[in-house]
Amino acid sequence: MIWEPIDDLVKSVKTGRTSAVELVNRSLKAIADNQEYQAIISVLKDNAMARAKLVDQAVANGEDPGVLAGIPFIAKDNFLVYGSDTTAASNILKGFVPPYQASAINRLEAAGAICVAKANLDAFAHGASTENSDFFVTKNPHDKSRVPGGSSGGSAAAVALGLAPFALGTDTGGSIRQPASFCGVFGLKPTYGLVSRSGVVAMGSSLDCIGPLTRSAKDAAIVLDVMSGRDELDSTTIDKNAAGYSGVKALNLKGVRIGLVKEYMGEGVNEEVKAAIKRAVEDLAKRGAIISDVSLPSLPLALACYYIITPAEVSSNLSRYDGVRYGYRDKQAADLFESYTKSRGHGFGKEAKRRIMIGTYVLSSGYYDAYYKKAQTVRTKLINEFAAAFSSVDYLVGPVAPTTAFKIGENAQNPLAMYLSDVMTVAANLAGIPSLSLPLAKDKQNLPIGMQLMAAQKKDYELLSLAMAVEETIK
Amino acid sequence: MTKNANYSATIGIECHVQLKTVSKLFSGAGNDARQAEPNTLVNHIDFGLPGALPVFNAQALSLASRAALALKTRPQKFSTFDRKHYFYPDLPMGYQITQYDQPIILGGKVEFTLNNEKKTVGITRAHMESDAGKSTHPAGKDYSLVDLNRAGTPLLEIVSEPDMHSSAEAKAYAKELYLLMRYADVTEGDLYHGNMRFDVNVSVSQDDSLGTRTETKNLNSFRSIEKAIDYEIKRQIEVIESGQKVVQETRGWNDAKGRTISQRSKENADDYRYMPDPDLPPIVIDDDYIENIASTMPSLPDELRLKLAKNGLNEAQIETLIEANVDIAPAGYLKLLDAYADDREAARTLANWLVNVDIPLFRDEPSFAARDRSKLYAAVLKLLNANALSSTNAKELIQACLSMPELPQAIEAYAEANGLLQQSDSDELSRVVDEVIAANPKAVSDVMNGELKVIGFLLGQVMAKTKGQANPGMAKQILEAKLLK
Repeated sequence: MIWEPIDDLVKSVKTGRTSAVELVNRSLKAIADNQEYQAIISVLKDNAMARAKLVDQAVANGEDPGVLAGIPFIAKDNFLVYGSDTTAASNILKGFVPPYQASAINRLEAAGAICVAKANLDAFAHGASTENSDFFVTKNPHDKSRVPGGSSGGSAAAVALGLAPFALGTDTGGSIRQPASFCGVFGLKPTYGLVSRSGVVAMGSSLDCIGPLTRSAKDAAIVLDVMSGRDELDSTTIDKNAAGYSGVKALNLKGVRIGLVKEYMGEGVNEEVKAAIKRAVEDLAKRGAIISDVSLPSLPLALACYYIITPAEVSSNLSRYDGVRYGYRDKQAADLFESYTKSRGHGFGKEAKRRIMIGTYVLSSGYYDAYYKKAQTVRTKLINEFAAAFSSVDYLVGPVAPTTAFKIGENAQNPLAMYLSDVMTVAANLAGIPSLSLPLAKDKQNLPIGMQLMAAQKKDYELLSLAMAVEETIK
Repeated sequence: MTKNANYSATIGIECHVQLKTVSKLFSGAGNDARQAEPNTLVNHIDFGLPGALPVFNAQALSLASRAALALKTRPQKFSTFDRKHYFYPDLPMGYQITQYDQPIILGGKVEFTLNNEKKTVGITRAHMESDAGKSTHPAGKDYSLVDLNRAGTPLLEIVSEPDMHSSAEAKAYAKELYLLMRYADVTEGDLYHGNMRFDVNVSVSQDDSLGTRTETKNLNSFRSIEKAIDYEIKRQIEVIESGQKVVQETRGWNDAKGRTISQRSKENADDYRYMPDPDLPPIVIDDDYIENIASTMPSLPDELRLKLAKNGLNEAQIETLIEANVDIAPAGYLKLLDAYADDREAARTLANWLVNVDIPLFRDEPSFAARDRSKLYAAVLKLLNANALSSTNAKELIQACLSMPELPQAIEAYAEANGLLQQSDSDELSRVVDEVIAANPKAVSDVMNGELKVIGFLLGQVMAKTKGQANPGMAKQILEAKLLK
């Protein structure tokens, strides 16, 4: 199933060439036809239909149906959406129906977009393969024996399979970009704070970003334009670009300074991935870009830093799942303490428990300075190194992940190998800068290879315009 | 010399002040849980739903800044929020949001006078934090009940230096802190509902080193602060005298039994795993912000005491008025007195009436106190100055008027109708005096023979004949003039 570009689809809905109901039906049919990939946790058929009819009614009445009129989308199942179970793919939240809705969903709905389904993920977004989902593993659309990446693996697979024109993901350490790379779709992690986190199940609050997975940079820009900007329900949000994002044009590459991140092109990175990136960079040079190698000395520490700060915040953010007010509660518990230990013990999966324990440890008195505080110092250093880098180049580029999609089960028993999958993506989260993954090439096994582009904080517009220029090169 | 004289006590106090914001510290839900049904003042943030983010209430910042100024310091220009983790059913997020690392207030002091001595207690710090909900454990049931109305209520925890050395000092500090917070309009100050809760840290020592301290938590009256500290000092001395060691622990106060009780000694066991709250950016304020708050600060108790003393009021009157002015806030005592700032005599008389009649009456019936009584007091003062009213009858008149559901419009007419006015017409009084002289020849001759105290008897006769309405001073003058010239 191939969807037309979002602005074409919206034009069709507005002019009556197609209808929102038709688009939603198309999406629902694609979902039904592709169940074997297990990208979807739940389908919001009735709600989606009701909204589609409202959009069509608005068109019929000559009212403005919004800039995303009738566009179906799929939200990762850690977005709270009215009328849908919101599980974060965890047993502890199974059956939880939220009484409020994510700000990002509110904004998309106000623009006429329609949430048709909720996508699979690693439970609580902890993982890089969706194998940590408490329910099932999503399969890579390019090779069913392989993972789609994660944690937004369901969202990436959904876009690759054409279940909807776009999907929403969350990216704490690469969870949009890495699955986008594995599934051959476009994935954007905006500047930290550009999209409200309100109503999205928190993972690592100082790193969590919300972004779109799409078929193109242009589609991502249109969706970002709707979702972004200050939200009074999230104090960490920032204003969006004054000009918005939807009017983004391909960058004229002449004289544009692009840095190839040295640390991402070294040992441990698949040769085919490296070769694809080198070729892309050469193409950019041919079109006038000035390419240089850029080194950020603290990058090798980023993963260690990430795996201290994130578990610390995870352990804190998961405290609320205590079985008292909502979610899973063990009915056999004899007293309060047992209610906590049993509800959380049975409700959380292995990876959540692993991160709660690491996080609890690094925050413990006596260890705080040695771990959490030191990691924050490294983080500050990294932020400064990125700032320095962006004073000499306009953009940084490199691979998204060391490999293409790996086999289901390949890393499942080895958490450290799994963590390494994030090694090139975590730095952008630690620094709060915008970063995206675009489908660049395929390896010999016909698996997608992604390219990562990064820009300075709040340069999301510029980053998207570079992405459009790269897309032109690939065509 | 008693044994106790060898020991000195050291006391520090932590006070949780509930800020009188309209909504909670991090959510838009209502903040006054006093009359609310359980779990009705709760939204997705207070309930700790997934994805819910705290949003800092700017009104809390303004109230905390007022508190800083009342404590004779300025709010910090940069402060942050941290998470304090522990599990309890009335703590929905599994952590309390507090200011651990960089609080809104650092330093400050509370000054007060005790037994004519000026005392200063230093303030270590004060930080904003959200309250937990309320748990109740019904007797004999296998469940507990949780009410989250109070969850997220803004508190300012004010931590004193260990500058106090007796229960009287601690009580005086607590009282002054209460007055400061009330006058600065930081809190409703409803002690009964726990709007200010005190934790007292007490240790005793026989030398200059500090002894092991205990913390007695959740005291909500000045009297219980005093009693709990007295008990704790005595208990700790007894423990040491019996050769044992004081255990560092948290204790509770049993008011009925008049003693502190050991609670779980958890001080060293708990690890709250503090971390900066990533959902809340630092609070940054500038001088303009602080000046703006400072410009709206009212007079604080110290300044008011000086002013009232200048009006000739005595210390006891001043303290009663200053307390009543906030305890029975609608009565507006200081405002009533303000009208007589240039008339010391009238101010003193009015203060006397307020302290002896108005305040005792409205302590029990504060709803009546909101009526504007300025006209009543002006009228009574006028009658008194015109000698139309004795001071006894003035009080009686005020008492009678204040007890009525509606204050009478025409005070003089009301006084006359109720026989409270006094006879100050000298011709009329002269006539009555003549009658009394004629009717009491024996007493008259005693007076004339030098037994002056018999004049009192004759004066009594005059008062009786006028049914108490004679101006006694004037009647006495006339009697003396007629008998002793």
